[in-house]
Amino acid sequence: MAFKIIASQCTQCGACEFECPSGAIKFKGETYVIDPKKCTECEGTFETQQCASVCPVSKTCVPA
Amino acid sequence: MSAPMISLQGLSGTTVFDQSPARAKSGGCASSSCGSSAKPHEMDSVVWEKIKDHPCFSEEAHHYFARMHVAVAPACNIQCNYCNRKYDCANESRPGVVSERLTPDQALRKVIGVANEVPQLSVLGIAGPGDACYDWKNTKATFQRVAKEIGDIKLCISTNGLALPDRVAELAEMNVDHVTITINMVDPRIGAKIYPWIFYGNRRYTGVEAATILHERQMSGLEMLTARGILTKINSVMIPGVNDEHLIEVNKWVKERGAFLHNVMPLISDPAHGTHYGLSGQRGPKAMELKALQDRLEGGAKLMRHCRQCRADAVGLLGEDRGQEFTLDRLPDKVTYDASKRETYRAVVARERGDRLAAKSEALGMVKTAGSGKSLLVAVATKGGGRINEHFGHAKEFQVYEASPKGISFVGHRKVEQYCLGGRAEDKSLDGVISTLEGVDIVLCARIGNCPEDRLKEGGIRATEAYGYDYIETAIGALYAAEFGSEPLAATA
Ligand code: SF4
Ligand code: SF4
Ligand code: SF4
Repeated sequence: MAFKIIASQCTQCGACEFECPSGAIKFKGETYVIDPKKCTECEGTFETQQCASVCPVSKTCVPA
Repeated sequence: MSAPMISLQGLSGTTVFDQSPARAKSGGCASSSCGSSAKPHEMDSVVWEKIKDHPCFSEEAHHYFARMHVAVAPACNIQCNYCNRKYDCANESRPGVVSERLTPDQALRKVIGVANEVPQLSVLGIAGPGDACYDWKNTKATFQRVAKEIGDIKLCISTNGLALPDRVAELAEMNVDHVTITINMVDPRIGAKIYPWIFYGNRRYTGVEAATILHERQMSGLEMLTARGILTKINSVMIPGVNDEHLIEVNKWVKERGAFLHNVMPLISDPAHGTHYGLSGQRGPKAMELKALQDRLEGGAKLMRHCRQCRADAVGLLGEDRGQEFTLDRLPDKVTYDASKRETYRAVVARERGDRLAAKSEALGMVKTAGSGKSLLVAVATKGGGRINEHFGHAKEFQVYEASPKGISFVGHRKVEQYCLGGRAEDKSLDGVISTLEGVDIVLCARIGNCPEDRLKEGGIRATEAYGYDYIETAIGALYAAEFGSEPLAATA
């Protein structure tokens, strides 16, 4: 149960990082990555996955 | 005037005193829509103080003062059809395109580096890509750091307005007194054609629902800024067939809510940029279409005509981009702010401004006494300082003025591909220049060769170097009198 970021599509805008309620997203090296251990798929906090809802590039924050 | 310590040569010239206190008093502010109960003369001098060194808010100041943008806030909470946030190319020059994303610390280093080298610098802006009010942590940290080092720099932000109402109090606290809001619609059905989605209240909205929320937030943000006396500029992107007619309604709404300036910009939709509009074949307006719309808006909220759609890390006078000279790798690791150049420069500008004002009122007199009902569209090649001081072949843009019985007014600029590159004149680009200058009657420049002059003439445009190095208004005044006055002179050199 976790989301992941397709690195080749990420624009490195960082919006997902500050919307993630679990602190699961960090900038690593060249791109943003989701720590699968921390990601809760926003369950219990929000109706939709925040990273996917704010990301400007479609199909970039997707189920792992 | 004798050679100043800092040359004004590099400075750019437009008209106007449109925003001077005198004109503002008689201008479109008679209704109660100003949002201020202050007496006109009190308010005028307060406003004038705020805009007189701001190249975007004052057309007059744009001859003398420069802005820089730092791209510190890449995150955005909406999607616009004219934006592709993946696009990032150092060779491209278009709004929202950025070649260098900075942390607040890097931004501080860059601002100091530029302030030490570019005495004209008066404004620091945070524009795209991204939204400065949404990506607030970075915006705020940058402003705080810079304000501490360079106390007199003006801080300026651009926003899509969605997060704006949440930030107004802090903006006021940080003395940000210039805010630009991009407002492309007041009818959400039209908005739905421009914005595919917004992210608000922890979820994504689409369609009319998204545009309705955005619209309501934009209006309340604008009203809140007006209530606090923060000057607002409204940017609208003119999208032919989508919102071009509708912008007349937008102009009315924003005027009623106290907007200080309205800036209608042409859509840029090159397919190579990969934006939705670029890919779907939506065209941008032609220069004359833009001017026609702006002319129809005259009398509503005050129009800005000197916008250059700067890129997100532009540095220098409007119409010039020295960003490439100040990339991080070219700056020393440690920089200390040295105020001396900026201070000297301000003294020079104060003198030059007085001279130019006198020249301008004389020129207006000439236009009026010519007593003609006709109008003349004049393109000017200038490097700044309000003078005709650029060679035809070196101009990257022409500033366009209209002389008519109403006076001399700046109507916009036309960007061209430089015709003379490294001493070699390019024939192909001359054709481009001629078509860009469509509708213009005469071109004024410091120098022009016989060949391009003849080619222009074939295209129906006259050109002359007869007024080289004069003040722009003085030259246009003399030209107008020569064309339509009692003693016509040969206008072609
Ligand atoms: S799905 Fe939710 S918890 Fe997981 S990374 Fe995205 S925002 Fe964070
Ligand atoms: S929101 Fe999307 S594009 Fe932006 S950093 Fe996150 S994954 Fe990358
Ligand atoms: S608000 Fe600016 S950054 Fe955000 S999508 Fe629109 S143009 Fe792009």
